[in-house]
Amino acid sequence: MRGLTPLSPEREAALSGLYAAATGAARRRTLAGFALVAALALVAGLVAEVRPLVFAENIGKFTAYIQQILPPISLEHPLEDVRSWYWGLPKWLGLLGETLLMAYLGTLLGGLAGFALSFVAAANLVRSRLLRVGAKRLLELCRTVPEVVFALIFVIAFGLGPMVGVLAIAIHTTGALGKLFSEVVENIDMRPVEGLSASGATWVQTVRFAVLPQVLSNFASYALLRFEINVRGAGVMGFVGAGGIGQEFLVAIRNFYYADVSAILVLIILTVFCIDLATERVRHRLIGAEQAR
Amino acid sequence: MSARPEALRAAARADLARLRARYPAQFRTDWPGRARLAALLAVLIGLAAFGYWRLDFSMARILHGLGRLGTFAVLMLPPSPEGQFWTFLHALGETLGIAFLGTLTAAVFAFPVAFLAARNVVPNPFARFAVRRGLDVMRSVDVLIWALIWINVVGLGPFAGALAIACSDFGALGKLFSEAIETCDKRAGEGVVASGGSRLHRIRFGLIPGVLPVLASQVLYFFESNTRSATIIGIVGAGGIGQYLTELIRVLELQQVAFLVLMILVTVAAIDWVSTRLRRAIIGPAAR
Repeated sequence: MRGLTPLSPEREAALSGLYAAATGAARRRTLAGFALVAALALVAGLVAEVRPLVFAENIGKFTAYIQQILPPISLEHPLEDVRSWYWGLPKWLGLLGETLLMAYLGTLLGGLAGFALSFVAAANLVRSRLLRVGAKRLLELCRTVPEVVFALIFVIAFGLGPMVGVLAIAIHTTGALGKLFSEVVENIDMRPVEGLSASGATWVQTVRFAVLPQVLSNFASYALLRFEINVRGAGVMGFVGAGGIGQEFLVAIRNFYYADVSAILVLIILTVFCIDLATERVRHRLIGAEQAR
Repeated sequence: MSARPEALRAAARADLARLRARYPAQFRTDWPGRARLAALLAVLIGLAAFGYWRLDFSMARILHGLGRLGTFAVLMLPPSPEGQFWTFLHALGETLGIAFLGTLTAAVFAFPVAFLAARNVVPNPFARFAVRRGLDVMRSVDVLIWALIWINVVGLGPFAGALAIACSDFGALGKLFSEAIETCDKRAGEGVVASGGSRLHRIRFGLIPGVLPVLASQVLYFFESNTRSATIIGIVGAGGIGQYLTELIRVLELQQVAFLVLMILVTVAAIDWVSTRLRRAIIGPAAR
């Protein structure tokens, strides 16, 4: 800290005046932004019937509820307590397996449909505007209607059961993955495509030998990410009768089977955790392979 | 295609033996790679077949259901609110309110917590690990499950929905925020420390200005996706348009259902448009 000469007072005043002028505008903008957000929050609070008093009164209920659903485990015989807490383990594990299978099949079917549609929706592969825009709108529709709404309608059309959940997840996945896939396709290196079409390859051959090798690892990574999301989604499909563990959870929570609520919740959280970790591993390897190429 | 590529191909075909000799690497079959691919496909297809059997898929049921879906599609036309337009509009407003409040609350709480989960702010790996796993637990519980829990606390209605969205997004936003903070350029922070700033100064002047645009854009993106989740949260009784949607689907008032779905699509498209605009304005044209 040597050689720092203090500024003369008038120079300092001039500089800090400039600084204040420069930051003042930005600061006013920020304040205006905050005021706008606060006003919107107030309106939203009114519409959403936020009652801070009720909340403050009942927040004790939240902790009480958490205490209630916590399992009765004593120090004297913890093993037996855990065993009685998880009295339904075989049934629940079966339902969890069903949930995972639903997510898997939904991701697979939706991924295949999205895969096929993504090439049609990609601007650099399809010249026909009509075809491309049609594919894009179709994907948008699949993506915007929530999967539970599809499930609600399908339950009436197809009857109760996990098949409905799979179909609902598959449709939503088609929309979500199709969009991501087509964005990947739009960002590829076009030289191999030009090379192949110059040597007379058909459209399908071009896609197979010029596009696929470039996009496959990215596709796999997105599909895994979607699988992770779909596991969560499949967990609540049972709320509308579309299979999986959700139904059991809903029954437990509606009938106040407190210990069951926590038991199933812990199972769901653990499953999602494991799937998260596993898919993250695989995805990092895929992305690593992509960057090494 | 013109004739020239054809000629090129014919020439290459005629010369195949010499091409093979000259580029052996290009023509060699990659047997281990093929075996791995075949094994992967076998596992994927095997699992799918198992799922097909276990989840009682049946083509007959699917075909039958498709027929009924066709009937429903006809019954949906023309979409009409049948005099309930204002009720629906109010419910839609409620949905937007839920999404907005939920996202805002989540962002406000996730902002400070995210710093605790970032490697370049909290060097202690144990503290960071605890915060991260806590966020993961919040995140892995679905919005609908959170809604069921909050209904037990604050009663049925949109308030429970807003709290549910706030809870599950708190986890997701906390994770995303902390990743954004970790990838932030550290030179600004080093500059602040080098000129005598404290740790708090480093965060306030070295980190926050760099990450704020990214965070704002993520919050907007979440608001967008929350308008979608808020439409279904009414299925368990936590307010918004989902309540009407469920009831009307169950009693097969399909014209009204179609109208509601159209309203949702239009609203979501409008929110998408506004938020894409805002995001572009915040972090430049790179935002998508």
